Amino acid sequence: MEFFRIHRTIPFMRNALVLNVISLITFLAAVFFIVTRGFHLSIEFTGGTVMEVSYAQTAQLERVRGAVAGLGYSDFQVQNFGTSRDVMIRLPLAEGQTSAGQSEAVLQALQTVDPSVELRRVEFVGPQIGRELVENGLLALLFVVIGIMIYLGIRFEWKFAVAGVVANLHDVVIILGFFAFFQWEFSLAVLAGVLAVLGYSVNESVVIMDRIRENFRKQRRAPVREVIDGAITQTISRTIITHGSTQIMVLSMLFFGGPTLHYFAMALTIGIWFGIYSSVFVAAAIAMWLGVKREDLVKPVKKEGEGEVEVG
Amino acid sequence: MNRYPLWKYATVLIAVVVGLLYTLPNFFGESPAVQVSSAKATVKVDPAMLGRVESLLADAGIETTGAFYEQNGPVGTVRARFASTDVQLQARDLIEKSLNPDPADPSYTVALNLLPASPGWLSSIGAHPMYLGLDLRGGVHFLLEVDMQGALAARYDSLAGDVRSVLRDQRVPLAGAEREGMSVVASFADADARDRAQQALRQRLPDLVLQPREGSRPQLVGTLTQAAVTAVQDNALRQNITTLHNRINELGVAEPIIQQQGADRIVVQLPGVQDVARAKEILGRTATLEIRMVDDSATAQGALASGTVPFGLERYQDRDGRPVLVRRQVVLTGENLQDAQPGRDSQTQQAAVHLTLDAKGARIFRDVTRDNVGKRMAILLFEKGRGEVVTAPVIRGEIPGGQVQISGSMTAEEAADVALLLRAGSLAAPMQIIEERTIGPSLGADNIAKGFNSTLYGFIAIAVFIIVYYHLFGVFSTIGLAFNVLLLLALLSLLQATLTLPGIAAIALTLGMAIDANVLINERIREELRNGASPQQAIHHGFERAWGTILDSNLTTLIVGVALLAFGTGPIRGFAVVHCLGILTSMFSSVVGVRALANLWYGRRRKLQKISVGTVWKPKQG
Repeated sequence: MEFFRIHRTIPFMRNALVLNVISLITFLAAVFFIVTRGFHLSIEFTGGTVMEVSYAQTAQLERVRGAVAGLGYSDFQVQNFGTSRDVMIRLPLAEGQTSAGQSEAVLQALQTVDPSVELRRVEFVGPQIGRELVENGLLALLFVVIGIMIYLGIRFEWKFAVAGVVANLHDVVIILGFFAFFQWEFSLAVLAGVLAVLGYSVNESVVIMDRIRENFRKQRRAPVREVIDGAITQTISRTIITHGSTQIMVLSMLFFGGPTLHYFAMALTIGIWFGIYSSVFVAAAIAMWLGVKREDLVKPVKKEGEGEVEVG
Repeated sequence: MNRYPLWKYATVLIAVVVGLLYTLPNFFGESPAVQVSSAKATVKVDPAMLGRVESLLADAGIETTGAFYEQNGPVGTVRARFASTDVQLQARDLIEKSLNPDPADPSYTVALNLLPASPGWLSSIGAHPMYLGLDLRGGVHFLLEVDMQGALAARYDSLAGDVRSVLRDQRVPLAGAEREGMSVVASFADADARDRAQQALRQRLPDLVLQPREGSRPQLVGTLTQAAVTAVQDNALRQNITTLHNRINELGVAEPIIQQQGADRIVVQLPGVQDVARAKEILGRTATLEIRMVDDSATAQGALASGTVPFGLERYQDRDGRPVLVRRQVVLTGENLQDAQPGRDSQTQQAAVHLTLDAKGARIFRDVTRDNVGKRMAILLFEKGRGEVVTAPVIRGEIPGGQVQISGSMTAEEAADVALLLRAGSLAAPMQIIEERTIGPSLGADNIAKGFNSTLYGFIAIAVFIIVYYHLFGVFSTIGLAFNVLLLLALLSLLQATLTLPGIAAIALTLGMAIDANVLINERIREELRNGASPQQAIHHGFERAWGTILDSNLTTLIVGVALLAFGTGPIRGFAVVHCLGILTSMFSSVVGVRALANLWYGRRRKLQKISVGTVWKPKQG
């Protein structure tokens, strides 16, 4: 079995301009939604209390809401979580009340309504933690970007480093845009997923860059655009199969992993598809427009025994 | 040409064997156990307790499948495993009865527990099951923040008292000494008094930096030196951790984690504990220290012998169980104790505990000791509303200066314990819970099942696809992936890294990404065949040329992993640890492991015509 029976080099770069304009529009839309709608941040970031309770029968959300509202809360959420019997309750930070007091009072109120209720999980996060998490998240992002640029700069060339990082940040922003647009819950696990995508997407770009460098060595006379097209064509089969396999795994987490892994898997799914797209069209195109040349990658050193070294 | 030297095969084989060995404990599950720990801060569980428990069980004919002693910080526990819950309950009752003859006042906590059931020979080579995070096993997690400002304010309050008493001793007229924010301000009637005060204080309170200030009256502003501030904060944190250890031990939690995090935070994790309210109450409890006088008079002794307690006295027991009658009147409380350190008597070289009292305490102590030479003084510790005499030394003479030494028939270890106890009796600074997570046991089991199933289904789907697509090389890749999981689990078990749900997600993701290396290799082999290479050459070049790409792409992923590890907290860190390890094991298993399989299968055949790597389609030349 072979999926890809490619007769000739596919001219990926022919439509690079159009695709990159589309990319830019998507990117701007993502930024727009992030700015205007913001994130539906989990309590890890905002502080507050989350309780997960489980009922013997299908939970009556209205009665749960009534019980919680009876305690004097106004800004809270009650929703099903996983199954119809599991309910998640989000409470805001209450001044002058301990987390223990909060969760116990709510549980008692729920028990008076329906004694079959069972407490599955309580999570309380103080206001100090959230700020640190955001700071650490941004630091991690910065560290990753700088680390990758240095690595690509040393291993390949600064033009590739810039192209790789631009393409990958584009992916990250678009994932964030999805989370802002659909108001999916943005938790620490999602943050881990987003940062993992950053690495994963770079990985993709690296495979293509590796091929571009190799082809620069082999095809001495070919123009840059053709070399890039050739490299992408040669790796496209591997690209699709690899990402297909990763996607199988991620889908398995999305469907069977339960609510905790759901949005993590969602972030990865979006990241995988945009990762392919951006590596193929965005990264390579930016490197091309930055004017990557054979001389940038093929250093005239007589090391590889593959034959003559071109002079001039 | 595709043959490995023997040592390379040996390396792979050893990796497989070691991987199997260290993954093995994870499959044994858990067996019922009984845990013995100290119920009082004055009682210590040491390795000798292990022998005691073992002989108790042997005498009663109860068979254990292993008994262990473990030291966790200052706290020791003894655990014994049993074959079934019936035996476990029997053993618990037996141990409980023998160790705690008085059920109303237990010295030891005897709790039921679960321990890993892996056989002794596995434990002896350091093969333990993975440590499951709270989200997988259920339990409570607290993040506590120590109020350092509170600790400092308390120190300044007591310094203000010290200033007053030092100046009183030196007969320097003082208009007033109070804490003002984070400083002590002393006011004087005239500049002369201030200068004399400055001299006196500089000698007696070296931790203070004194600055003159002209207010409505001449003043001295004292602030702690940076070193002293650091010392106050370090001590507060250390003392709080010790106190927490002592308190949590009482819950009978199997493996509590109490760790410092950052400069002023403490993480407390109590696996398996469900009763959060009780856990919190115990964390917040205080133990108090009191110093009172002992009544050894003939009437008191007579009353003691007849079993009555005269009016104005109370009966307590000392550490050896001897009754002591002490006065109700409290001489000093723990509030006046600044520090307690173990040491030695400078003359007799006996083990001793050195106490440092604050100025007020020192003054009271001096007066009391002067008036009661030859009598006994009891140091009592109250825990859970019950008092115990820690020690009751005889007063040899007046003790001025607030430096108290308790010596007597103590070993060095006992001295250290008493010092710790006196320090750890109460929290040094108030703490606040800033993060709390409770996970029910059913949710934990759910999470394990979901994480495991999604990984398994994903793995099966990938295996089917890759075998259909790459035939025999797909089988090699699948074996390589399985090898990768094995190594990863073995590494996690070996490092005793904590496995959390995000960690399981990272295992799944690592598998999804590890396939990349295999696809790169297999595609490369096909490509070489397409370009007319012989099968043996294709295998050789396929692995060789894919290696550079594999290295590059994995290194960039590793950069991300390291960043997550460095900046991540909680779930992110759990993800990052597994992610980083997974990248390393996947490189080894796909590049070395799969190559070994391919070499073993094809390497020896000189006249190899065809290799099974799926359809190799060649474009029509045109």
